[in-house]
Amino acid sequence: MSDARAPGEDWVLRTNKLSKQFGDRCDLCRSVDPSVLERNFCPKCGTVYALRSVSFDLYRGEVLGIVGESGSGKSTILNCLYYDLEPTSGEVFVRDFEEGQTNIFSVSGQRRRHIRNHVLGKVYQNPVHGLRMRFSSLANIAEKLIAAGNRTVGDMEDRARNLLEHVNIPTFRMKEAPANFSGGMQQRVQIAKALSNNPPVLLLDEVTTGLDLSVQAKVLDLIKQIRRDFEISMLLVSHDLAVVRMLADRTIVMLNGTIVERGLTDQIMEDPQHAYTQELVYSLL
Amino acid sequence: MNPLSNYAFLDESSKREIRRATLKAISIPGYQVPFASREMPIARGWGTGGLQLTLSLVGKGDRVKVIDQGADESVNAVNIKKLVSSTTGVEVTEFTASASLIQSRHRIPEEPLQADQILILQVPIPEPLRLYERSEAATRKLHSEKEYSGAYLILFEQIMRYGRVSTGADHPVMVNDRYVMAPSPIPRFDNPKMDSSDALILLGAGREKKIYAVPPHTRVVSLDFKDHPFEIESVEGRCCRLCGATGVYFDELQDNETGETFYQCNDTAHCLSLMNAEDGV
Ligand SMILES: Nc1ncnc2c1ncn2[C@@H]1O[C@H](COP(=O)(O)OP(=O)(O)OP(=O)(O)O)[C@@H](O)[C@H]1O
Ligand SMILES: [Mg+2]
Ligand SMILES: [Zn+2]
Repeated sequence: MSDARAPGEDWVLRTNKLSKQFGDRCDLCRSVDPSVLERNFCPKCGTVYALRSVSFDLYRGEVLGIVGESGSGKSTILNCLYYDLEPTSGEVFVRDFEEGQTNIFSVSGQRRRHIRNHVLGKVYQNPVHGLRMRFSSLANIAEKLIAAGNRTVGDMEDRARNLLEHVNIPTFRMKEAPANFSGGMQQRVQIAKALSNNPPVLLLDEVTTGLDLSVQAKVLDLIKQIRRDFEISMLLVSHDLAVVRMLADRTIVMLNGTIVERGLTDQIMEDPQHAYTQELVYSLL
Repeated sequence: MNPLSNYAFLDESSKREIRRATLKAISIPGYQVPFASREMPIARGWGTGGLQLTLSLVGKGDRVKVIDQGADESVNAVNIKKLVSSTTGVEVTEFTASASLIQSRHRIPEEPLQADQILILQVPIPEPLRLYERSEAATRKLHSEKEYSGAYLILFEQIMRYGRVSTGADHPVMVNDRYVMAPSPIPRFDNPKMDSSDALILLGAGREKKIYAVPPHTRVVSLDFKDHPFEIESVEGRCCRLCGATGVYFDELQDNETGETFYQCNDTAHCLSLMNAEDGV
């Protein structure tokens, strides 16, 4: 089947017209003309249009970068995809859930949990949201395995040790709680946790933000290595174009809740089209 | 009995409210039903939840037994018995078999309970997921979705830290294949007694304002892992120094003179009845 599919058909995750508002909207902003908005909110009622009809595909095995200034809606995309937020409208399909035929927001309860535990892994910008800080690192990995139905301690401990080793957590610290770890180590435990059930899609939100430069480099190397070792597609969110340039095959540029530019990362770096992207790229040089 | 105070201390509407919550708890085995816990003339944390259940249920024909960690004579059990009998005039008893209401802290009696008995357990922390999730709203949602990874995670963490499940007491159980429940701090030894019990089991948490229940003949399964099956505390090779009982839950004691370790029934009423039987009393 996959051989017969055209390259454009080989998506693992498809986002169709995803929108998210915070607020109740008013007559002014309900009008279809987006020019009434001031940046991403309505000047009259204050409703925030965090995402406005965002569509993109994530292809098998690729790293898709999402870049944009603070408040442009990057985290909101990932939060919707991982069910941390309910979108206002729009659809998302994942190849590994019912052959990509079912909008993941049309299902509830147990099937959502199945998607979260088997199809997706997420690394949060703030490790507090992705980890149980007072449980051991091993238990943190096991949490996703337990949630996926595993009931054998030995299996889970082996898997957790392997993954933690993969992200360079020393064996003698695996029983320690992430609360004792440095920011870089916490991010690595998060990455191991996100990988625990071998998900086809990894969501990474600002994995290196707030880390020292040398630690940043190590985490970026780790992501490169994971990409080599695991057959996994990644959505990589960062406000830092340098990070995206280093890792992403293709890139989406977000501004005020919409995609203003998209394409191969190299192309965007060499020949940015949108004025905002040009500003981003030139500031990097 | 003071004629000016209410029968069974609580006013009638309070008792009705507690009974309503109890009925709801019985109809949804293992589900924690909120109730308006009243101020009680004993310190919170000393069984106010259990006491309110007892007081809401006790009727003229009842015989009440109160035990604290297996003992009928502990100060706490005696105080509760005094309050019950002084406000109701009903008879109290130490004999498990002749009690119709048994309020207990941290034990289920050794003698198998009968269909016409009700066991009331005192509960300090009713939420089995609390160590995993602090927010009550969040744990409520987890229960409603039957999402119990957290309960298993707590056990997994104990195995990582101590090499085995270290719940000395309050080992979580799955009730009727639906709700995970804290059985109150009874030893693991008592967990199997909840499964398909002939007697109704009620659990009351005063401070946390929750009532829950295991109706008779309900399936109660202790949570475990395939390679770490649930096990009760081993009592093998031990016997009671007083009555000679084996296969019961023991207190471990030291002989002051010889320094030798010996065992004694934790359930004092059971011990007494075995000794009496021996003596042909
Ligand atoms: N819970 C919320 N309530 C109201 N507004 C919100 C909420 N969460 C996010 N927003 C708004 O939605 C917009 C998009 O936020 P989002 O977190 O997705 O931005 P971001 O691109 O990830 O920014 P950053 O680079 O700072 O992380 C912002 O204007 C933000 O203030
Ligand atoms: Mg963000
Ligand atoms: Zn408006």
